[in-house]
Amino acid sequence: MVTRRAALLGSAGAAGALGALMVGWTALPAKPRLVTSDPLPVGPGQSALNGWVKIGADNTVGIVMCKAEMGQGIYTGLAMVLAEELDADWAQVRVEQAPIDKIYQNIVGIVDGLPFHPDDHGTLKAIAERVTGKAMREFGLMLTGTSSSMRDLWLPMRQAGASARAMLVAAAAQQWKVPAAECRAEAGRVLHASGRSASFGELAAAAASQPLPEHVALKNPKTFKLIGQPRKRLEAASKMDGSARFGIDVLQPGMQYASVEMCPTLGGRVASFDAADAQKLPGVKKVLAVPPLYGSTGGVAVIADTPYRAMRAVKALRVEWDHGAAANLSTDGIYQQLAQALDTDDGFHFYKHGDVDAALKGAAKTLKAEYRAPYVAHTTMEPMNCTVQFKDGRATVWAATQVPDMARRIAAKVLGLASEQVDVQMQLLGGGFGRRCEVDVIAQAAAIAREAGGVPVQLIWSREQDTTHDFYRPASVARFQAGLDASGQLLGWVNASAGQAVLPQVIERMVGLPGAMPDKTTSEGAFDQPYEWPAARIGHEVVELPVPVGFWRSVGHSHNAFFKESFLDEVAHAAGRDPVALRAALLGKHPRHLKVLQRVAELSGWGKPLPAAADGTPRARGVALHQSFGSIVAQVAEVSVSTDKRIRVHRVTCVIDCGLAINPNLVRQQMESGIVYGLSAALNDEVRIEKGQVQQSNFHNNPVLRFDECPVIETDIIASEESPEGVGEPGTPPVAPAVANALFTLTGQRLRSLPLRLA
Amino acid sequence: MNMTNRHMNRARLLIAGGWLMASGCLQAQPAAGASAPAPTLRPLSQFSNIADDKQRSVALFVEAGKVIQHPRCLNCHPSGDRPLQGDGMQLHQPLVLRGKDGFGATAMRCASCHGARNFDATRAFSVPGDKHWHLAPIEMAWHGRTLGQICSQLKDRSRNGDRTMAQLIEHMAHDGLVGWAWAPGAGREPAPGTQKAFGELIEAWAASGAHCP
Amino acid sequence: MTTLTINRKPVEVQAEPDTPLLWVLRGELQLTGTKFGCGMALCGACTVHLDGEPARSCVTPIAAVGPREVTTIEGLSGPQVAVLKAAWIDVDVVQCGYCQSGQLMAAAALLRQIPKPTDADIDAAMAGNICRCGTYPRIRAAIHQAAGMQPA
Repeated sequence: MVTRRAALLGSAGAAGALGALMVGWTALPAKPRLVTSDPLPVGPGQSALNGWVKIGADNTVGIVMCKAEMGQGIYTGLAMVLAEELDADWAQVRVEQAPIDKIYQNIVGIVDGLPFHPDDHGTLKAIAERVTGKAMREFGLMLTGTSSSMRDLWLPMRQAGASARAMLVAAAAQQWKVPAAECRAEAGRVLHASGRSASFGELAAAAASQPLPEHVALKNPKTFKLIGQPRKRLEAASKMDGSARFGIDVLQPGMQYASVEMCPTLGGRVASFDAADAQKLPGVKKVLAVPPLYGSTGGVAVIADTPYRAMRAVKALRVEWDHGAAANLSTDGIYQQLAQALDTDDGFHFYKHGDVDAALKGAAKTLKAEYRAPYVAHTTMEPMNCTVQFKDGRATVWAATQVPDMARRIAAKVLGLASEQVDVQMQLLGGGFGRRCEVDVIAQAAAIAREAGGVPVQLIWSREQDTTHDFYRPASVARFQAGLDASGQLLGWVNASAGQAVLPQVIERMVGLPGAMPDKTTSEGAFDQPYEWPAARIGHEVVELPVPVGFWRSVGHSHNAFFKESFLDEVAHAAGRDPVALRAALLGKHPRHLKVLQRVAELSGWGKPLPAAADGTPRARGVALHQSFGSIVAQVAEVSVSTDKRIRVHRVTCVIDCGLAINPNLVRQQMESGIVYGLSAALNDEVRIEKGQVQQSNFHNNPVLRFDECPVIETDIIASEESPEGVGEPGTPPVAPAVANALFTLTGQRLRSLPLRLA
Repeated sequence: MNMTNRHMNRARLLIAGGWLMASGCLQAQPAAGASAPAPTLRPLSQFSNIADDKQRSVALFVEAGKVIQHPRCLNCHPSGDRPLQGDGMQLHQPLVLRGKDGFGATAMRCASCHGARNFDATRAFSVPGDKHWHLAPIEMAWHGRTLGQICSQLKDRSRNGDRTMAQLIEHMAHDGLVGWAWAPGAGREPAPGTQKAFGELIEAWAASGAHCP
Repeated sequence: MTTLTINRKPVEVQAEPDTPLLWVLRGELQLTGTKFGCGMALCGACTVHLDGEPARSCVTPIAAVGPREVTTIEGLSGPQVAVLKAAWIDVDVVQCGYCQSGQLMAAAALLRQIPKPTDADIDAAMAGNICRCGTYPRIRAAIHQAAGMQPA
């Protein structure tokens, strides 16, 4: 039986000559990722040994970092990986920004977006992954996202480190006229049996002129000295003394500042504006209308000589808006549309197994339920901002961005330049969570800088503009059915969801082309899970709406995990079975998942009595298991409810199998981060739209989890020698359902929508 | 025409009441974004036809109760250690505690966030402020109490900051933080009427025997 | 012209008197360690000390500062602060780091006044500082650790 998925890909490959070309191209070995097209820029006394490492005469080791640091610790993690194979001394390691080059393009992150199940080991998937991987090597983009940085660069950076080490050894051997095999590298030096040694710094220049080694042997993981250690974050100290530079901290000589007010209606634009009052205010240089660009909403910008003068002047603007097509949108109307979509079609089937309709017909007991999740905002701590200077036919963009090459391309387009005439300086990110994959702010900043007469302009959005002009996680409605036999065994599972698709919108606003393939993110977390459904059908119906949607931490996993793990809990209770036991019974052929589940049950004291909360109200536990971005995570939440119905989460026990943990401390931090982010959303987040306008604007009406509301979090990392998997996002999906499941045990209320609110 | 004293007094009250109403209308700040006009306080003249002193006293206090039990006042007269916030009287976000002196916990004093004046953050929202921003002491808790209970508290010198009736009237009519309730800044509804009108109601209540509902 | 004392140095600033201290620090004085997060005293990223007490600089017009000493993260120092920062590093608090200036300002003020704070003291002092990366539990642990390590 040909699935729709196979048909889509098959029809592409079937086109004659094109197909033959593709086959030929696919058969070619993957291009190496060792050396950039253009020589790497180096500082005085510095030598680049390949595209990933530069060594200075001062013995500093500069790891070329093509990933954005947004708190996930990737600077430190990737530096450890290369430094390990290089045999550098950790104390000599620094991080330097990578230029834009194809070798830094993210392959794994995009391949991950193909709509295949992790358990699928078929040929079609293998071909599709290979073709996509090769395409991304050529036509892809530099992206920090999809929890893929370590997965993508684990081998390339190890190879780069090993290659550089071999060149340093070769240079020493040449100088000392001894065989290279008698030399070894250790802690930043090359040593010879005779006792001679030299530092990497002393050998760097000679090493750089060595030929690139043909083959390099990677270390046996059992000999790792750095990898697996809880090393301190490289940039921690600078983040504690005010010296770390985020996008918003960029300072350039002569820099001016811009503030903007955008149309409050999604997708709207400026009809007319009166800047008379604004222009009278001190320091105002220019007032200009900015059209919608690459996802940004149209608005009026003020350029002034100080940040507050720009903000003050924006408040004095009088703008008439063209509210556009979205002016009738409302949250209630949207939910109605999504539900109606499910009434007529259950969409693209991402997963089918057995005859689920027959299974449900023959079931002793059937359950059904409808779940909902709202649009939610990213709410990074650092509001959106970007600095651009356009002068003498060239431009520089200083940005906290997850996509530097896309930023360059879009800034160039806005400024009418070739990409090569634009230089992107990446800054630290005050939170990303997927928001900084978008280039709307970059485009807007470039459009403003174009009118600034050659001075650099820093555009800073207010928190209000940031919250009301986000790319939200799409609202979703999901319907479930399950069938049980007389002894409570699960016979069949049906899940159909409806909501906007993120990928087509992203592709459209970045490159102006409509997205084609089924968007895996719509059903990820639903169809790609390890449970061994005897029969199942899982699909998604795309509903197109003018609400801007984007990648929100863990993307489709975030709401689909809530739906799936909650309904699975409903099944457990309906079957009279323990929720952990029910899940375990569906993981017979998944020993890694089973181990994670059993470990979280053990560590959390599942099944043992729980003492009451401090105010005497009872506590209960809820469990959830979810796989995403290559990792398996299970969480148990301990919850109580106060007398005024506030939900209090006391503890979250978290177990992760992420393959090899490069730096266990960073893994733990990411579990804590994902849990707090997911919990904040589960208890608070809801972006409501009325008349096409987002109602939330700042922390008073878009509240987030506070210090005093944060649970104790305990993380256990399963020891593993498998290759490293993602950790940035996998902590988020399980927490909402774990809490909701605990609430059911506690109160008998089954909460089927987010944010969680008890009646 | 021969006017008796009573008629003269009634005329004076009518004129005074009319003047109060007019000035009240001019001074009342409409709530930001509200389409309905701000609630006012009934002028004293509207109580003068209640012959019985006790009844009139109670009626005056009930009118003053529109202020006393308004969110602008109740929010900082909480029954516990946490202020309330907003027209919906939710628990203050973030967690804020009265601390030892009603001016906040250590390292999170009220003045950490609340300045000497309202701060206009956006066109629609301001951060409230006053030179003496703090919580009323716990013995002056009003939230969750009936107007009658609040009335008794106000008269009890062990619970009203040891104030005489004159000092109480002075506080209600002239205190700066109390007065903030009528100019609370964008994003929240002012207390009804004006501080002057409120003060006069309290004064008239005291003069008529300070009876409680 | 307004005279301010910033990190123990007198400074003359040109900004209009209604300009919030935050923007004078970040713009005119180029001290970017104090961060902008919300502009209405809800997130704590802009926390400085005025005479040693935490204040949200985003809602403090420079006209309201007066003779009070302004301390920013760049000027936060002393043996107690060194102990706090050592604990911060030891416990690996920092993730993206954007909220951390404000967190350290609040924590330092707490420890100066309550050398051995309880969890309730910590909650009350730190609740005004938002973190989106989930560093709350480690901040708590670092404060406790610093409290245990205070110099005599």
